[in-house]
Amino acid sequence: MRLLIRPLTVLCSALPVTIWLAATTLTLEGQPQSSLRQRSELDLVIGDRIGARPRFAVPNCLALTSDTKTEEAAATIASVLWADLEFEREFLMIARDTASTIPVARTLTDIPFDAWRELGADGVVSCSVSRVSEDELRVQAHLFNMRTLEAPFGVEYSGSLRNVRLYAHQLADEIHRHQTGLTGIARTHLSFVSDRDSESYLGLVPDRQTKEVYMADYDGANVRRITTQRTLNVTPNLSPAGRAVAYTSYRSNFPDVVVSHIYEGRLETPAGGTDRIHNWLPSYSPDGTQLAFNSNRDGNIEIYIVNVDGTGTRRLTNHPGIDTSPTWSPLGHQIAFTSDRSGSPQVYVVDVDGTGLRRITFESYCDRPTWSPAPYNEIAYASRTGPGFDIKVVDLATNEVRQLTFGQGSNESPSYSPNGRHLAFSSSRGNGDKQIYLIGRDGRGLKRLTNNGNNEMPSWSR
Amino acid sequence: MKCLVGHDSERSYVNQNNKQPRINQSTTTLLVLLFLAGILGQACVGTTPPVEPEPPVAPPTSTTDPPRRPPSPPPIPVEPAPPVIPEDEFSARTLEEINRDAPLEPIFFQYDSSELDEAARQIIENNVDVLRSNPTWIITVEGHCDQRGTPEYNLALGERRALSVQDHLVSLGLNAARVRTVSYGKEFPFDPADTDEAHASNRRAHFVVTER
Repeated sequence: MRLLIRPLTVLCSALPVTIWLAATTLTLEGQPQSSLRQRSELDLVIGDRIGARPRFAVPNCLALTSDTKTEEAAATIASVLWADLEFEREFLMIARDTASTIPVARTLTDIPFDAWRELGADGVVSCSVSRVSEDELRVQAHLFNMRTLEAPFGVEYSGSLRNVRLYAHQLADEIHRHQTGLTGIARTHLSFVSDRDSESYLGLVPDRQTKEVYMADYDGANVRRITTQRTLNVTPNLSPAGRAVAYTSYRSNFPDVVVSHIYEGRLETPAGGTDRIHNWLPSYSPDGTQLAFNSNRDGNIEIYIVNVDGTGTRRLTNHPGIDTSPTWSPLGHQIAFTSDRSGSPQVYVVDVDGTGLRRITFESYCDRPTWSPAPYNEIAYASRTGPGFDIKVVDLATNEVRQLTFGQGSNESPSYSPNGRHLAFSSSRGNGDKQIYLIGRDGRGLKRLTNNGNNEMPSWSR
Repeated sequence: MKCLVGHDSERSYVNQNNKQPRINQSTTTLLVLLFLAGILGQACVGTTPPVEPEPPVAPPTSTTDPPRRPPSPPPIPVEPAPPVIPEDEFSARTLEEINRDAPLEPIFFQYDSSELDEAARQIIENNVDVLRSNPTWIITVEGHCDQRGTPEYNLALGERRALSVQDHLVSLGLNAARVRTVSYGKEFPFDPADTDEAHASNRRAHFVVTER
């Protein structure tokens, strides 16, 4: 669904920040400022950037038309926006129920600024929702600076009623971009494996259950089932553009790499599996044009690379040991993978032309490496730390290893968010079910994403 | 055949009086032999009975000659004869039935290994014998792993285990075209418990007849 973004007013070219949305300034009286006034970045960025994080508030959204759908949309947008801003931890979010004492504004610009300043807010997001037709919404939002009482950021969206949460997600991404230059992840998705709709696996051996591939918004909403073939489906990898998912499927009773074009209803098998040639564990290159994957086609377990259209298959590794679980470097020039050539599974890195092999981990058992996206250059992996595994990250510049989880259940299958600031992983903490969790790359901000059935093997992308 | 003249009663009287000693003896002998047949349980082709009449006697304690008697009526069947499965019926069993009988034994592996120990090799040899007796069977060797280890690495380890078994089958002379492999990693444990016994039972190569 596409949102139509209309700038509220166009700012003059003195604006230093690259902007494709318009910033507007509104004074307390609601009169637009003269466009000749020089504007500096400090006026646009809220809060004192040296030291404490700025405190932001998201009061209830204004419903400008008084019907149920608009009011529900207003409530949803405010709470989802607050959660999106809180997740990235760039701003200190004032709890929404703290603000319940503050009178609700009746117009977009009629904000009780004094009350907000008393609560210590540095920035307040003022948002209104109105219904323009049977299935169309218009959402307007301003981000007010409590120090200057001006709104350096303003935007208007119009679009369908169908996915109200998307307005909040887009608004959060744009606020992050405007205020911190950060690429947000509020509109990203995860694909994962679940047995929530498990059925018996049709075959000659009884008592086996299927697993299917699903997709969800990064906050766990809008779960959709991708695979429908009533078989074992594992190891999904969501494409960089988020429009296809490659996974390992046993629909032909042997494992093969299947690519599902989610919005086109199309399936492909670019690795060309047969009952003799088995392929599994696909991984998209950062530009989405190639897939690295495992195959037994030469009699041993090696890593291969193929173009997404199925042409140009070439072999990357060449060792009688097991070489598995490939992941691409941020610019696609190297591949990290797991190999047991030293006697136990460890993480190695090799150039995509097969040269320059070097070993990265020296622990008991390391698997399922996932390479961060730019601007970071680190590899997360599952490391055996006891009976189970924990998520660790090795910085490739310094070789320092840091640990993100500490022995609660077994923590496996890490996957980076597209901006590299978060990871998703599966964990058996709690009652032993496998669930998907999100965590910051600094090990803080743990959040549980799923709770229906067993959920594992997340892949985070657009 | 004698031509009998006279009315019925005369005829019957005549028959009675003119009854061939042969017939009378036959009847008696028949009774004796039926009795013997009942005891000895032997069926034989009927032959000329002895001429002298014999009263019913106890069966001899030992006989070397099979009793000679006319064929006895077939016994009324009480239950079906024990099944003797000829070639045609055997191949008519479904794959589900064949696999339910578990004709091929699984083999087990050490932790994190795809090596075949002596016991495994022996089982594979036994399985090859079974496969030679069923030359049309095509099998799939499934490679499985225990619940420890990551799901991703275990997909490869299971494949390695299946390939290891396939190599050994072929080295024993089995046609490679009869063997497929598949790895299920740790996705389908035979025992999901977290005990050493369960782990040991999951580190296995499982043989499935997939075509007959």
